[in-house]
Amino acid sequence: MIRDGVLRILAAAVAVVPAASAMPPGDAARGEAIYSRCFACHSLDANRTGPRHCGLLGRRAGSVPGFDYSPAMRASGIVWDAKSLDRFLASPAAMVPGTSMGYAGIASAQERADLVAFLGAARCSGPRE
Amino acid sequence: MSFFAMAKGPLLRASRRRFLSNSGVALSGAAVALLAGREALAATGGAATEADARILNTALAAELEAVAAYQVGAGSGLLRKPALDLALAFQGHHKEHADVLAKTIEKLGGRPVAAKARYEFPTEGLKSEADVLRFAASLEKGAVSAYLGAVPVFGNRDLAKAAASILGDEAMHWAVLRHAVGETPVPSAFVS
Repeated sequence: MIRDGVLRILAAAVAVVPAASAMPPGDAARGEAIYSRCFACHSLDANRTGPRHCGLLGRRAGSVPGFDYSPAMRASGIVWDAKSLDRFLASPAAMVPGTSMGYAGIASAQERADLVAFLGAARCSGPRE
Repeated sequence: MSFFAMAKGPLLRASRRRFLSNSGVALSGAAVALLAGREALAATGGAATEADARILNTALAAELEAVAAYQVGAGSGLLRKPALDLALAFQGHHKEHADVLAKTIEKLGGRPVAAKARYEFPTEGLKSEADVLRFAASLEKGAVSAYLGAVPVFGNRDLAKAAASILGDEAMHWAVLRHAVGETPVPSAFVS
């Protein structure tokens, strides 16, 4: 709960994050609401069906310890930043054919920017980082 | 009127009995659709089949986690009837989803993922019945979004239809759980 609270505070502190030049400004608070769509498979601080998301930006794709990635994701060579994450969220399978994330993508550029802003603020508060 | 107040009435008790007794029939229909779709896929094979099996395996992993999550809720000692009955009924649906998904993956030539030995749930935040139901609702909402995102990417339309059938079931879970904690059961005209 404390960790959740810290993450929310951090998210609120970075309320508006310009994600990438071609992206609209993202709103982390709106992004937090959009992130609830991801709860079947993801959480910020634990590996589930998908890998944990805290500390995502700046991380090499396929590198979270203890998570069993698809070979495609491990070999993708992606380093997550606002631009690459925006591309992936728009169409995961188009960017990483063979990804285990069987999801059509988020069509709205604004929603993607909001989600990127939220994830960009989600720091790991435990020993994982 | 809250869900629990309604649940005390004879009408809902009767309808809930009918719901529990009929749910197996409805899900068997989805199972038939899923397995029927497999026949056409098995004949075509190739990359599309492999991709569909991969999508199904991701769904299976989430269904297995949902089964475990409801087990945590049911065993928490925080749920009383009728919430406990609901949780066990919904867990049963997720078990049926998982069984059908696993069988279909095998028939597509894939290897179904197994349940993890251990799942991480935010149990430290579950202090009351409402906490458990809200947690379950958050997972169900996520499941609705996940299936919604999966439906368009299946190569086989019968598998997409079957996934949509599961989506409908998860959406009902989400609505009932929202109602149970006093929230508007259906918050919008569309899901995303």
